[in-house]
Amino acid sequence: MDVVKSPDTIRTSGLGSCVGVVLYDETKKIAGLVHVMLPDSSLGKTSTLNVAKFADTGIEALIDKLKAEGVQPFRLKAKIAGGAQMFKFTTDNDTMRIGPRNVEAVKNALKKHGIPIVAENTGGNSGRTIEFNPENSLLNIRTVNQGVCDI
Amino acid sequence: MKITALHLDILKEIGNIGAAHAATSLSNLVGRKIDMRVPNVDMVNFTDMMELAGGSENVVVGIYLRIEGDVEGSMFFILPVEQANRFIQRLIQDEQFDFSNNLVSEIGLSAMQELGNILSGSYLSALSDFTGLKIYPTVPGLAVDMFGAIISIGLIEISQISDHVIVINTSIFEEGYGDCEEVRGHFFLLPDPESFESLFNALGVV
Repeated sequence: MDVVKSPDTIRTSGLGSCVGVVLYDETKKIAGLVHVMLPDSSLGKTSTLNVAKFADTGIEALIDKLKAEGVQPFRLKAKIAGGAQMFKFTTDNDTMRIGPRNVEAVKNALKKHGIPIVAENTGGNSGRTIEFNPENSLLNIRTVNQGVCDI
Repeated sequence: MKITALHLDILKEIGNIGAAHAATSLSNLVGRKIDMRVPNVDMVNFTDMMELAGGSENVVVGIYLRIEGDVEGSMFFILPVEQANRFIQRLIQDEQFDFSNNLVSEIGLSAMQELGNILSGSYLSALSDFTGLKIYPTVPGLAVDMFGAIISIGLIEISQISDHVIVINTSIFEEGYGDCEEVRGHFFLLPDPESFESLFNALGVV
């Protein structure tokens, strides 16, 4: 989890079932990114785990971090990417569906905090590398098979 | 539980025995000499895990399966695309076969899946013989994508308990292609945290 100001950009590479959540303030040109691995902190079996990896606690922690940088939470907007299903199995094992569950949990957490999702590139079965530029609020997404796009 | 130097040695031996059997199977299948490196056993955080095998964005051919039974965990067989191409070209007798091609032939994919099945089967049956534990692999899945995106699925179970992972990493390479990161294949065994005790108990170490 990290926060940057323009002209710096922020990126995370090799996202599979994880979801990259970018929260940004267009006017202040400041953005934060959290890399969500698991949908809900209640899945944590011990209490000392890194909060950033869960959708609910990770997004909350990122909002706090942006507030500490002087951002007004009501100005925040979100762009999200990731949540792929890298392997296709005919099993009902929850681990295999973790991508879609992460996306859903991220959306619920953003809704709870009243943060609108401006753009998303989620699901599918490709890994993604994402980079956000706070200068123009564009999220660049690179995949192996489908090339590069900006959302 | 606290992991001691003795525990790490045992895990290395597991990697050694498993990968040696798998390397022999691979050698028989492709008719080439396959060498292996001394296994590494490391406790790493998730970010460092993503940086193994050439980095999180490096495009690889990955086979993934879950293991169930007395020991549970995830297993990966990761090959650089070039190396996977050479193996499959030989197996299906088609020099044009290429995983980076968008229209990868079904027979090549199927051969890769079967290769993964056989190699992980050799690795795990050696492990089962060595420990006397029952180990059941699931049918392997295949993906050609960024290493980070592939390996992260193996971290899901572990991440519910820990921010670190113990990884048993054995690399193999084809003789004649040199031993550098670009050509090495990797077996990664990631036991779930609860399974370490069963593994050590089975070998008489508390």
